[in-house]
Amino acid sequence: MTRTTGSTTLDAQTTATLPGAEVLMRALVEQGVEVIFGYPGGAVLPIYDALFKQTHIRHVLVRHEQAAVHAAEAYARSTGKVGVVLVTSGPGATNAVTGLLDAMMDSIPLVCLSGQVPTPLIGNDAFQEADTTGITRPVTKYNYLVRKPEDLAPAVHEAFAIARSGRPGPVLIDLPKNITVGDAPYTDAQSVTPRTTRMGATPDRAAVARAVAAMKAGKRPLFYTGGGVINSGPQASENLRKLVELTGFPITSTLMGLGAFPGTDSRFLGMLGMHGTYEANLATHDCDVLIALGSRFDDRVTGRLDAFSPNSFKIHVDIDPSQINKIVHVNEGIVGDVGQIIAMMIEEWEKQPAYAHKADLEAWWAQIEAWRALDCLRFTQDNAADAVIKPQQAIQRIYELARQTGRDTYVSTEVGQHQMWAAQFFRFDQPNRWLTSGGLGTMGYGLPAAVGAQIAHPDALVLDVAGEASTLMNIQELGTIAQYRLPVKIFIINNHYMGMVRQWQELLHGSRYSESYSDALPDFVKLAESFHATGLRVTRLDQLDATIRQALEHDGPVVVDICVAEGENCFPMIPSGAAHNQMILGPEQEESGATISKEGQMLV
Amino acid sequence: MQVEVSGSAVISLLVDNESGALARIVELFSGRGYNIQSLTVAPVDEHGQTSRVNIVTTGTQSSIRQVKTQLERLVPVSRVVNLTAEGPYVAREMALVKVVSSGEPRTEALRIAQAFRARAVDTTASSFVFELTGSTDKLDSFIELMRPLGLVEVSRTGVASICRGPQTIQNF
Repeated sequence: MTRTTGSTTLDAQTTATLPGAEVLMRALVEQGVEVIFGYPGGAVLPIYDALFKQTHIRHVLVRHEQAAVHAAEAYARSTGKVGVVLVTSGPGATNAVTGLLDAMMDSIPLVCLSGQVPTPLIGNDAFQEADTTGITRPVTKYNYLVRKPEDLAPAVHEAFAIARSGRPGPVLIDLPKNITVGDAPYTDAQSVTPRTTRMGATPDRAAVARAVAAMKAGKRPLFYTGGGVINSGPQASENLRKLVELTGFPITSTLMGLGAFPGTDSRFLGMLGMHGTYEANLATHDCDVLIALGSRFDDRVTGRLDAFSPNSFKIHVDIDPSQINKIVHVNEGIVGDVGQIIAMMIEEWEKQPAYAHKADLEAWWAQIEAWRALDCLRFTQDNAADAVIKPQQAIQRIYELARQTGRDTYVSTEVGQHQMWAAQFFRFDQPNRWLTSGGLGTMGYGLPAAVGAQIAHPDALVLDVAGEASTLMNIQELGTIAQYRLPVKIFIINNHYMGMVRQWQELLHGSRYSESYSDALPDFVKLAESFHATGLRVTRLDQLDATIRQALEHDGPVVVDICVAEGENCFPMIPSGAAHNQMILGPEQEESGATISKEGQMLV
Repeated sequence: MQVEVSGSAVISLLVDNESGALARIVELFSGRGYNIQSLTVAPVDEHGQTSRVNIVTTGTQSSIRQVKTQLERLVPVSRVVNLTAEGPYVAREMALVKVVSSGEPRTEALRIAQAFRARAVDTTASSFVFELTGSTDKLDSFIELMRPLGLVEVSRTGVASICRGPQTIQNF
């Protein structure tokens, strides 16, 4: 068989020649694309013209290319489909870079189409020219510069295959204007054999059997699950529920994995890591078998590496072979789709001799319950009517009142303290509902992500739990929200500080709050109104619930400025360079003796 | 924790001969902080569609395993073999070595070149350019010997490598 790829020419199945931009549209339709998030410009005018002439694909006009990528990420994360972005050459493409890296770090399938100057001008410093493939090479899973018309359709088909296969990620296709204007042949997806990597090979059953045998031998086992379970699809979450039910083992999750297992289930210990729960972190430290499913031992999870889960037999399931033994040496690594491997684990668990350590497991659960009794997320809210609202109180009430609506709810966040509190207080019953920037930690993610989620799920309740500093980084998207009448609810937890920066300055830099005060903030109510949205403000405890309810009930976009206490810190916290059993707890709980070493101070 | 010793490894790759393929490989090394001691690349199939890349890298065994799995993630890379880990292999490179001298050092340079089976590919009254092929070690020692004898310039290709016996990079 002759291979047809993005870089080699096709052999058959060439039908009529069309203008390149129309070939592109046809390939996108064949790939099942329904929505594109984008922003026009000179180099992509032919593509916008082709978009204008067709009816299959809807275009959502954002106000900044970075926001287009975040919106597409949320669209992808909340639907399981590939998100599609369209940006112009030069600044259009460079503005997309942050979003592409965000998608790369969090394994989100995207295809980004960027305009480029005509091929004869490439390398001449033409107007709005950038070496886009050069700039985006380290922030994409793969990228193309289409130089020949016959490469166009195969590149699009292969790009979608690469974006969604194995460990998903962003793929960029750079499209010179002469390619989109000039004629190109169409090749259908079936006649293209994509060079998807060997990832996704059949998992090694013998390794699964050994892993399950280790699980059966465990007296203090723990599941540690991540975003891979969500990427694997809803079936993986179903399988995970079955496996946890079957084994009776406790389970913790990374930030990216929240929702794969129901947050309200008693076997769920909450998130682990830097701002994870007391019980999840101590269980990770003390367990004797750690079963990592679709998680990657990120430094925010592990804390000090030589003290990470020091006495456990470690099992690591990941679709990306390069993740195994990358950070933590594991005893059993299994490469493959995590949903499939969980299903194999269920089969093996039922096949192998019955679990013989039930009494030990009960003792382990008793220990976990004792840790849980500390109630590490507890905080004290002054109940006076005019009391200052604590940020934790605000986030907890947003969660509880949103839950009371009974509506299918999607939650995006910006980055910082409010993000961690949202991760701690929101309990998700289903996967694909939690949209946050984990790996890259991109401030300004939440507002455009809410756009993407609401476009994908027009009837759902979409919340953006925001901070006043983060949300200003992409506040222009209120324009997109207005244009498409997206009824998203933006809750700004306004503490007048870049809260997480302030917290670290308090803990690590002698409370010298260098440049972390949010001075000269806009009036968010008036800002919302100027963008045709409803603006609400709440400053006293007795108005909190009513204001949140009002926002949730309003059939349109709402910005709620929740003025909260300025000095709150997010606890528990594993300071950088410390081990999981050296958490700093909140003032409500006992002080623990963790101190931050010089080495810890050097870590971010 | 065990302390792992650092060593060098020869990694051979087959890659699609497309623009940017080499940049992907090189940027992977620089972006992740791996070393490249030498690198060679040239098309090796009859249609010029596939290139072979040979990289000599240094690191601990686990970091070299990481290099390999990271390289395998690259879309245009179809094969990655750590020849050092997989068994006996042949690794050769070529050097062009320029020596400018006269009198006794010039005669001595020629004599050593003969002992090493280096060929003089350019000769003037005051200079030689020697061509020498062999293992990296052999080239290193030849160059060291030439240093006091008027060595002025060296150009080396980097290592080309292949496994011994009937096995090929395709069957690993």
